[in-house]
Amino acid sequence: MTDTLPEADAQSVEAAILAHGTQPGALLPLLHAVQDRLGHIPPPAVTRIAAALNLSRAEVHGVVSYYHHFRERPCGRHLLEICRAEACQARGARELEAHVRRRLGCDFHQTSGEGVSLEPVYCLGLCATGPAIAIDGQAFSRVSAAVFDALRARHL
Amino acid sequence: MSQVLYIPRDSVALSLGADELALAVSAEARRRRIDLQLVRNSSRGLFWLEPLLEVHTPEGRVGYGPVAPADVAGLFDAGFLRGGEHPLCQGIVDDLPYLKRQQRLTFARAGLTDPLSLSDYLAHQGFVGLRRALSMSAAEIVAAVTDSGLRGRGGAAFPAGIKWQTVRTTEARRKYVVCNADEGDSGTFADRMLMEGDPFALIEGMTIAALAVGAGEGYIYVRSEYPQAYRTLCQAVDLATAAGYLGADILGGGRGFELHVRKAAGSYVCGEETAMLESLEGKRGMVRAKPPLPAVHGLFGCPSIINNVITLASVPVILARGADFYRGFGLGRSRGTLPLQLGGNVRHGGLIELAFGTTLRELIDEFGGGTESGRPLRAVQVGGPLGSYLPASLLDVPIDYEALAQIGGVLGHGGVVVFDDSVDMAQQARFAMEFCALESCGKCTPCRIGATRGVELVDSIIAGQQRERQTGLLRDLCATMLDGSLCAMGGMTPYPVLSALDHFPEDFARPSARRAG
Ligand SMILES: Cc1cc2nc3c(=O)[nH]c(=O)nc-3n(C[C@H](O)[C@H](O)[C@H](O)COP(=O)(O)O)c2cc1C
Ligand code: SF4
Repeated sequence: MTDTLPEADAQSVEAAILAHGTQPGALLPLLHAVQDRLGHIPPPAVTRIAAALNLSRAEVHGVVSYYHHFRERPCGRHLLEICRAEACQARGARELEAHVRRRLGCDFHQTSGEGVSLEPVYCLGLCATGPAIAIDGQAFSRVSAAVFDALRARHL
Repeated sequence: MSQVLYIPRDSVALSLGADELALAVSAEARRRRIDLQLVRNSSRGLFWLEPLLEVHTPEGRVGYGPVAPADVAGLFDAGFLRGGEHPLCQGIVDDLPYLKRQQRLTFARAGLTDPLSLSDYLAHQGFVGLRRALSMSAAEIVAAVTDSGLRGRGGAAFPAGIKWQTVRTTEARRKYVVCNADEGDSGTFADRMLMEGDPFALIEGMTIAALAVGAGEGYIYVRSEYPQAYRTLCQAVDLATAAGYLGADILGGGRGFELHVRKAAGSYVCGEETAMLESLEGKRGMVRAKPPLPAVHGLFGCPSIINNVITLASVPVILARGADFYRGFGLGRSRGTLPLQLGGNVRHGGLIELAFGTTLRELIDEFGGGTESGRPLRAVQVGGPLGSYLPASLLDVPIDYEALAQIGGVLGHGGVVVFDDSVDMAQQARFAMEFCALESCGKCTPCRIGATRGVELVDSIIAGQQRERQTGLLRDLCATMLDGSLCAMGGMTPYPVLSALDHFPEDFARPSARRAG
C-alpha cells in the first residue's frame, strides 16, 4: 500500500476538505464526499482529513470503521446490496440471497470473479415490494430469481 | 390545453421502473403528436399498483397500474388520456376503498402534488400552520402541540409538547431542532414517503418547532440507504430558503431558521437519539447515558428538540386546524392519526394513515387482503426489529400504544410485517440476535456480548443440543439484556426473541435434520 494518493485523488480530497471542512461536525459530510468521489476512503486520505480537522488518525479511522457505509478499500466494478431485513425475509429474501450467492459464486463481503462486491443492507424502505436490492446505489424491488438474472445481464 | 399525467418518482415507483415508464409514455406521446404535461408526483402508498400512472379527467384522477413500458401503446389505444377502459384501469383513485377509508392528516398531500412544487404546496394548505405560528407566542405554540396529544412517532411515544416545553424554558444562546430521519426499522417507510412525497411539510413542522423554542438552526439526519429522500430534501430546503420560508428572516417576521440536511452512514443504532447526536458531531455513534437529556444538553451541548419525521410533519396540521381537531382522532392516550406501514408477505401493502384504535386484524385483512402467497398467516412483527412477533390469535388488539404493550408488543414507528406459514420462527429469533450483535454500539456488556451469545444459544437449540438447558440460558440472557442494557437496542432485542419462543415453541423443537438446506 502506498502512502500517497494519485494527484487527481489528492485534489478531490482537498476539494472535499475545502467544501466541508469548516462546518460543525464536519467529519461525516467530509467522509461521504471523499467516498462519493474515490469510491472508498484510502489511508492517505484518512491522514489528510485528520490533519485538516485537527483530529488524530486513530479518531478518523475509528469513525470510518464504525459505520457500515464507509469502506477503506475499493469495492469491485459494481456494488450489489441485498436487503436482509425482516420485511424482505417475509417476501423471499433468504431464497434470493442463496440464489445470488450461487450465481456470483461468492459470499457477503466478498467480490465475485466478475468484479461484483456483495454486501448486505438492512432495509431500503421498500418493505411491501421486496425482495429489494440495490446495484451501485440504484434500488430495484420485487426481485425474484428470474428478475435478478435479468438485472445481472443488464447491469453487472 | 395539454393533458396532465402523473407518474410517481418516489423510491418504490423508481425501484419498479417508473423512470423507464415515464420515458416510454413521453416517447409514445411524441410519436402520436399528443401534447402531455407529465408531473412526477410521489406514491399514493398503494404499492401493489406501482408504478401507478394517473390521468387528470373532469371526474377526478383515473389510475392505471401496475404499468410496464410494454403496456404504454395499448393504454394510448384504449384512450387512457380520457380515462378509457383498460385491464389495468383502477378507476378514480380517490374512490378506491384503500384510500377512502383512511384518515390522512399528515399524508394529506403526499402523492397528490409535485413534491418540489411550492405552488402545489401552497394550493394544498401549505404553510397555513407556519403563518399561524408566526402570529403566536412561543408558549402558545408549545401549548397547542401539548394539547393536541401528539406523541413521538419514532418509537418511544413521548409527548412532543413536554419535550418542547423543556427546550423552550432552558436558557441558552443556541438551540437546535433535530429531525430523526434514520428510519432504520425494517417494515417502516412512512418517513421516507413523507420526505420524498411532501418534504415541505417536514420543513414547515421543523420551522414551527424552531419558533416554539427559539432555535436558529436545524438538522435532518437521513439514512444513507435513502438517496432519493436525501436528494428531494436538499432540493426542497434550497427552494424553501430561496422563497423565504427558511433562512435569515422567515416570511419577514424577523426570525431566522437555517436548515441542514445530513447523510447518515448505515448504522442502525444511530437512530437512537443520543447516538445520532454523536454522529452529527462527527463521532462514532455511541449511545450517551441520560441524563443529561438532549432537551437540555443536546447537539453541540445545546438544548435540542429531537423528533421523528412524522412527529414534526404532523405539527403543521395541528397549528392549521387546531389542537382539538387533531386530538379528536384516536382514543385513550393515543391521540391523532398514525401512518401505519403494512409490508412483508401481504397482498396489498402500503401506507395506511388511520386514527388510533383500528385492530391489527382489520388492518391486515381489510386493507392488506391477506398474505400475498395465499398461504395462512402465521406471525406479524409490529414495531420493527425490536418489536415482538404476534401470532394470528392476538391480532384483535387495537392499534394503540398502551393496548399493544399490554399483550407484550410494541407499536414503535408503526411498521407491520406479515409472515406466512413458511416462516421458521427459530430463524427469526436468531436473526434478531444477529442483528443486535451487528448493530450494537458496544457501550454496554449485556448487549455487546449478550447478542453474540444469543446467536450461539439459538444455534445450539436449532441443532438440538441440550435444548432445554440452552432454552433456559437463552431466557436468562434475555432477562439480563432487558434489565442491563443502556438503550433499547440491547434492551428490546429480547422482545422478538422471547415472543418467538413463547408463541411458537414448536419451531424450536423440530428435529434438527429437517432444517438442512
Ligand atoms: C436502537 C434505536 C434505534 C432508533 N431508531 C430510530 C429511528 O430510526 N428513527 C426515530 O425517529 N427514532 C428512532 N429511535 C428513537 C429515538 O431514540 C427517539 O426516541 C426519537 O427520535 C424521538 O423522536 P419522537 O419523540 O418524535 O419519536 C431509536 C431508538 C433506539 C433505541
Ligand atoms: S444497549 Fe447496545 S446499542 Fe444500546 S448502549 Fe448498550 S451496547 Fe450500545
